[in-house]
Amino acid sequence: MSNERLDVRKTYKLLINGAFPRSESGRSYEVTSSAGAFLGNVSWASRKDVREAVIAARAALSKWSGATAYNRGQVLYRIAEMMESRRDEFAAYVAASESLNDRESQSVVNETIDRIVWYAGWTDKVAQVLGGTNPVAGPFFNFSIPTPTGVIGVLAPQDSSLLGFVSSVLPALAVGNTVVAVSSERRPIPAVLLGEITATADVPAGVLNILSGVASELGPVLATHEDVDGLDLTGAGDLAGTLAADAATSIKRVFRPTALDLDWSASPGTRRLRAFVETSTVWHTVGQ
Amino acid sequence: MANVVTLPLCSQSSPSSTGADIVFGAPHQPSRIGSETELRVALGGLSGVDTVGANARVASLGTRSLKQGTKRALLDLAITMIDLTTLEGNDTPGKVRSLCAKALRPDPSDPTVPSVAAVCVYPDLVSLARTTLGDSSVAVASVATAFPSGRASMNVKLADVREAVAAGANEIDMVIDRGAFLSGRWGLVFDEIVAVKEACGSAHLKVILETGELVTLDNVRRASWLAMLAGADFIKTSTGKVPVAATPPVVLVMLEAVRDFAEDTGVLIGVKAAGGIRTAKDALKYLVIVNETAGSAWLTPDLYRFGASSLLNDLLMQRAKQKSGAYVRPDRFSGD
Repeated sequence: MSNERLDVRKTYKLLINGAFPRSESGRSYEVTSSAGAFLGNVSWASRKDVREAVIAARAALSKWSGATAYNRGQVLYRIAEMMESRRDEFAAYVAASESLNDRESQSVVNETIDRIVWYAGWTDKVAQVLGGTNPVAGPFFNFSIPTPTGVIGVLAPQDSSLLGFVSSVLPALAVGNTVVAVSSERRPIPAVLLGEITATADVPAGVLNILSGVASELGPVLATHEDVDGLDLTGAGDLAGTLAADAATSIKRVFRPTALDLDWSASPGTRRLRAFVETSTVWHTVGQ
Repeated sequence: MANVVTLPLCSQSSPSSTGADIVFGAPHQPSRIGSETELRVALGGLSGVDTVGANARVASLGTRSLKQGTKRALLDLAITMIDLTTLEGNDTPGKVRSLCAKALRPDPSDPTVPSVAAVCVYPDLVSLARTTLGDSSVAVASVATAFPSGRASMNVKLADVREAVAAGANEIDMVIDRGAFLSGRWGLVFDEIVAVKEACGSAHLKVILETGELVTLDNVRRASWLAMLAGADFIKTSTGKVPVAATPPVVLVMLEAVRDFAEDTGVLIGVKAAGGIRTAKDALKYLVIVNETAGSAWLTPDLYRFGASSLLNDLLMQRAKQKSGAYVRPDRFSGD
């Protein structure tokens, strides 16, 4: 009797509303390492998957944006915990996807986990930095607070499959938005794994939706979708200008990264935290 | 109130004494049923419904793909088939007025959107709805006969109907006595429908079978025939007040019933699917079932309706999507 086992092959699926469906279209595509080795068949998200994901993100918005900042921080920190326990798997796929050696890929995973913890820590500090009390000439107390923009479409970077993905998605989540993210087209697997761990990290269904697919196909759908409130064009490539124009027809907030924003190893700063917040200003009478 | 309604089938002691020459039902549709015995023969002669087959049939019809031109035409058709409904304890005159405004111009930003078929309200709000709608083509439908349970005496039910008609209702949605139906007192149910039909006068009568409480598709088929034989102008699935409302297999069985009834008698009876239909996708699936079961003659608001409220917004969203190519924000359209 042979000791050889059958391969248990994995299907890399989408994350929509806390579930892991295949694409509505039934399509999938083959993902290879940068050296050309087969890595897996990945769901190829369609226009209608975007539609479903946006519905899920919209439905999840009130609960996530209404959660306390402290609670959001705990949930995001939990993602870091989960990633820590699966770091070797992440490192292996990052290494294969981005042709890195072991040491380099471990270092990317370390940076990613640290980045998650960084944004988890920011959840209850954003209001102090971006908000504050305003001096006014009258018997009023006047203060400004940052509030989430809403449903954010994120075209994740094409090169940095894990660190870049996390660095684009987490700041939008940290300030209370819900996200529909399109992963890197050729390097989607680390993002798909990240989606899997959010299921055990208490991230409420619909808060983070991850679609693997083609940015030039899904980007225009997100950009023209009226129920998407913001668009991160990091992974849009040459399409960024067109998509920004499309986004303008429904008055979306758009984030177009500068070269500085694309250095994933640099200190992230607060640019991305500021990208998708709206400032609400409240006047309140001062009592005696 | 004087007892102006004869209820011949209730006097069951001697079916033959009920007088077979009495004509029940709609004027256009002389009923052939003269006694409880005849009713039992007519309903007992119906074949059983193959539930598995019905489910498979609707599942296969649900996968039909529609070309874009067809889809656009059907979205508009579906809008014209809607009975825009509000049947809540907290209905206010303001809510009914805004419902009527929406019925007339579902999308104020797009004059090419057609009006809906009717607004559906409780009897006490009928006159308000009629006044607000003026002499437009939008009809006022009213639920009556102690909606939704139907648990009241016959006199109360008839008074309910007469008041609604007097207030200006063009269509009456009555509920059948499901308790009587399920316990086999079909004659009683039949007589009630006959009496209500008479009280309706010129108003159209929709008979709500409340299929969610009828348990089996066999019962749905029987109740459909019973209602049609008794003079219903429309048969309607549900009140929307019980957990199970319109489902595709139920509507399939009802459409088969109206088709067979038309073959038998030449009279076309309408079908109204009500409750639980919230998306344009579902509505289009129902229209495919209508076309493939009863036939294209039923693809008109005169013979097919949707009882719904939130469906209208989804139809408007899909319509706008077809027009512009971009997905539309739900809050572009007014809520209920």
